[in-house]
Amino acid sequence: MSELTRLPAIELQGLLNAGEVSSREVTQAHLDRISQVEGTVQAFLHVSEKALGDADDIDSRRAKGEQLPSTAGLPLAVKDVLCTTDMPTTAGSRILEGWQPPYDATVVSKYRAAGMVALGKTNMDEFAMGSSTEHSGYHRTANPWDVERIPGGSGGGSAAAVSAFEAPLALGSDTGGSIRQPAAVTGTVGFKPTYGGVSRYGVIALASSLDQVGPVARSVVDTALLHDVIAGHDAHDSTSIASPWPSMLDAAVQSAAAPDLTGVKLGRVLQLDTEGFQPGVRQRFHELLELASAHGAEIIDIDAPHFDYAVSAYYLILPAEASSNLAKYDSVRFGLRITPQDGQVTVEDVMAATREAGFGDEVKRRIILGTYALSAGYYDAYYGKAQKVRTLIQQDFSHAFSQVDALITPTAPTTAFRFGEQLDDPLTMWANDMTTIPANLAGVPGLALPMGLAPEDGLPVGAQLMAPAYEDQRLFRIGAALEALIVARDGAHVSSLVPEPGQPRGEVG
Amino acid sequence: MSHITPEQVRHLATLARIALTEDEVNRLTGELGAIVSAVEKVGEVATPDVEPTSHPIPLGNVFRPDVVGDTLSTEQAMAGAPDHDGSRFRVTAILGEEQ
Repeated sequence: MSELTRLPAIELQGLLNAGEVSSREVTQAHLDRISQVEGTVQAFLHVSEKALGDADDIDSRRAKGEQLPSTAGLPLAVKDVLCTTDMPTTAGSRILEGWQPPYDATVVSKYRAAGMVALGKTNMDEFAMGSSTEHSGYHRTANPWDVERIPGGSGGGSAAAVSAFEAPLALGSDTGGSIRQPAAVTGTVGFKPTYGGVSRYGVIALASSLDQVGPVARSVVDTALLHDVIAGHDAHDSTSIASPWPSMLDAAVQSAAAPDLTGVKLGRVLQLDTEGFQPGVRQRFHELLELASAHGAEIIDIDAPHFDYAVSAYYLILPAEASSNLAKYDSVRFGLRITPQDGQVTVEDVMAATREAGFGDEVKRRIILGTYALSAGYYDAYYGKAQKVRTLIQQDFSHAFSQVDALITPTAPTTAFRFGEQLDDPLTMWANDMTTIPANLAGVPGLALPMGLAPEDGLPVGAQLMAPAYEDQRLFRIGAALEALIVARDGAHVSSLVPEPGQPRGEVG
Repeated sequence: MSHITPEQVRHLATLARIALTEDEVNRLTGELGAIVSAVEKVGEVATPDVEPTSHPIPLGNVFRPDVVGDTLSTEQAMAGAPDHDGSRFRVTAILGEEQ
């Protein structure tokens, strides 16, 4: 493996700007790494044929003395939920197999303008519905820590790609935890911004009142670096927040250099630290609280009683919105068309046959559930009540943030589970998101970072920080400090301990 | 336990335009019943005095100047369609015989 693939993005950026390496060298190193491990990891749905060409373009512009953005020449991987005119876009669904969008997502335009080089599109649960990437319409993605286990979902491809050093940076989307939970189970970092912080124009919609795009990387600083590229107002997205954002990168760099939590009040959510969590997750979580406390943080217990209802509310709101959003896959304007051959068929028969063939089990399950929740006579009983729970969860957050600067929880209740273990039990699968869903329901930002390896299985465990809406920078400040303190305590970042894919992982001391 | 019947699932599938197989109808009938029973939990706290929230961040109406923005050309809009005649999407008959 080339040294270049193990370097943080912030260091690669320094080397590129100093002319010590070319974008071609960096891009080639990552393409070589993809060739080397992709047979095992399968993080990508598509590897770009034009990555080297894009890299050469940056190198020649730099050679001519053109003033380029600081990120110019850095490679990244792109979740397949983002529309790209130069690569197929499927959202992990067979119904969109081979679809080439006629326009770029705003986030894609932004990374292009920043001179970044797309390596390819990453695998995901179909239309971002899932917590394991097993619901991809194409293939599963392996967790680099243990290739018999799930990489999380829906953004398992992006998380596995950065974990296995196939990309230094990746883009994700998070509707109920699809950036944060994969980060937790792969020992990487992921950030869900405040709702509206990043444009969703050109992002294939799952649940429009919950969806948010965000960055994925191996460190808090690198995550901040990518976030600064993609954040900001977009007139194409009416939910986009108009006010400008401060630099997350500056905050993270500063905080990582001098980690100090003096005076920071962190809230431990009682509902998200219970007997139901894996013992090793709880142990590492309590050790993290002690570490934060030893460096000046005040830990305060927070009661958020309505968090216990978050998963139930989410699985009414999400299917309802998804069943509406996915109505557009009707075999008319894009994607698959299946025409039944028996007797006289109408366009409705074609739609129904197409959707039967093109959607996977989980997508059908959620569309049928959403159609039920929105049906006349049931709307008030289900969707209406779920929206009320959303208010109650927001009130729990408001109450908490009147006492603390940020909430801290485990990112996921367990480490990575084995393939197939939860595939036939949707309710168990959905419970994986109990820790991450509240932030989506309330629109607040959430940052997931590794906090160690579970003693019982040697797999990564993650911590989640949540702050009030608009206070994204606070999470990078606290997160970068915690990360630096963990590295100082353990001697290494969790992401650097990952075995070569398919190799056994080391013993946990 | 909520009672969801295969007839209900067939009706929902018609509304959602998905030609489910009988095996899928049977499996979804059981799953949907279990799921609905679980998510009904929201009724325990969603009392009449609680206001619903539809959108996490309060926003007003968003306007833009009334000028032509970025649009796709006809060719671009047609490019991904399963069938078209160059300027219109082509579909199977809208009405059946009995209609």
